Amino acid sequence: MNHLDALPPWAAVLVGVLVLLGSGFAFTGSLGLLRLKDFYKRVHAPTLGTTLGAFFMLAGSILCFSVVHGRPIFYEILIGVFLTLTTPITLMMLVRAALYRNRVEEAQEPPRRTTLE
Amino acid sequence: MSHDFLAFAIVAAQYLLLLAMAFSIIRMVRGPRAQDRVLALDALYVNAMLLLLSIGIRTGSELYVEAGLIIALLGFAGTLAFSKFLLRGEVIE
Amino acid sequence: MAGFLLLAWLLLRQSLAPATVVSGVVIALGLAWAFGKLRPPRARVRHYPLLGKLLLRVVRDIVRSNLAVAWIVLRRRGRFTSGFVAIPLELTDHYGLAVLACIITSTPGTIWVDHDSARNVLLIHVLDLVDEASWIDTIKQRYERPLLEIFQ
Repeated sequence: MNHLDALPPWAAVLVGVLVLLGSGFAFTGSLGLLRLKDFYKRVHAPTLGTTLGAFFMLAGSILCFSVVHGRPIFYEILIGVFLTLTTPITLMMLVRAALYRNRVEEAQEPPRRTTLE
Repeated sequence: MSHDFLAFAIVAAQYLLLLAMAFSIIRMVRGPRAQDRVLALDALYVNAMLLLLSIGIRTGSELYVEAGLIIALLGFAGTLAFSKFLLRGEVIE
Repeated sequence: MAGFLLLAWLLLRQSLAPATVVSGVVIALGLAWAFGKLRPPRARVRHYPLLGKLLLRVVRDIVRSNLAVAWIVLRRRGRFTSGFVAIPLELTDHYGLAVLACIITSTPGTIWVDHDSARNVLLIHVLDLVDEASWIDTIKQRYERPLLEIFQ
């Protein structure tokens, strides 16, 4: 791991802390996905991974590559922008789909045949 | 000293992310309804992207960032298509 | 739009060579023209400083609710109730509603469920629901008020 040895000590510690924090939030999010009881509660869990989890991880990545190459690299920001734009859209679509399916079943209408499930 | 900490932190982060992916897969297999499975798949995509980023930091190759970007794109499109399917029963109206 | 696309292109290519810049400008202008053909309704942003303030507030709220949700998940067994909250809105502008939807959904702990455009009532789901009235008040004061000023 030659390139990591090139990092000065402060950067090494900072990158380590950022990476740990990011993965910690993502881990907590998935744990919540597994642990919470019903669908509407579970929807909240993965947002942890996509907001702060991704933020810390991207910050660590930016810091690491910028210091190693000796010039600022903001390439990872694209992922961040993209993720913040798309996550709400997917979650809203998913919740609306779930609401629709629940309503259809509660109203005792003949449920449509789906190949999934 | 600080580099030992960095190496440890990256490996620990990778284990955490692997566990997170395992949790998502368990939820995907177990999930009582189709929407739970789609949600778990979405979380799986995000975790995989973060794992790729950590591998990128570890190996010092920026190609992994591009791979992460592609995974994020595909995950978005895939999840959107699945939700659309659940909403109407067909993908394109 | 064109500027944003150009910036994304330059970030992707990671170089400022003339050829990259020229091809980026061509692609950005072309795509912006193509999207302009779709004739989206124009957004009128009135109040740019307030938009920045709202952004900072949202970032702070996201951090805070991240910690709150993480605490709920990690706690061994705690009791919490979650439920739906219906909020009557005054905001009618489409862009304002879209921004409000993104804010609410990307904050962990709350998610946008449904919007009844005829009655202008918003339905959200809250993970840790203690007091319904305080949530209605929070959403209206913190987010809807500035959005009303910005977009309407």
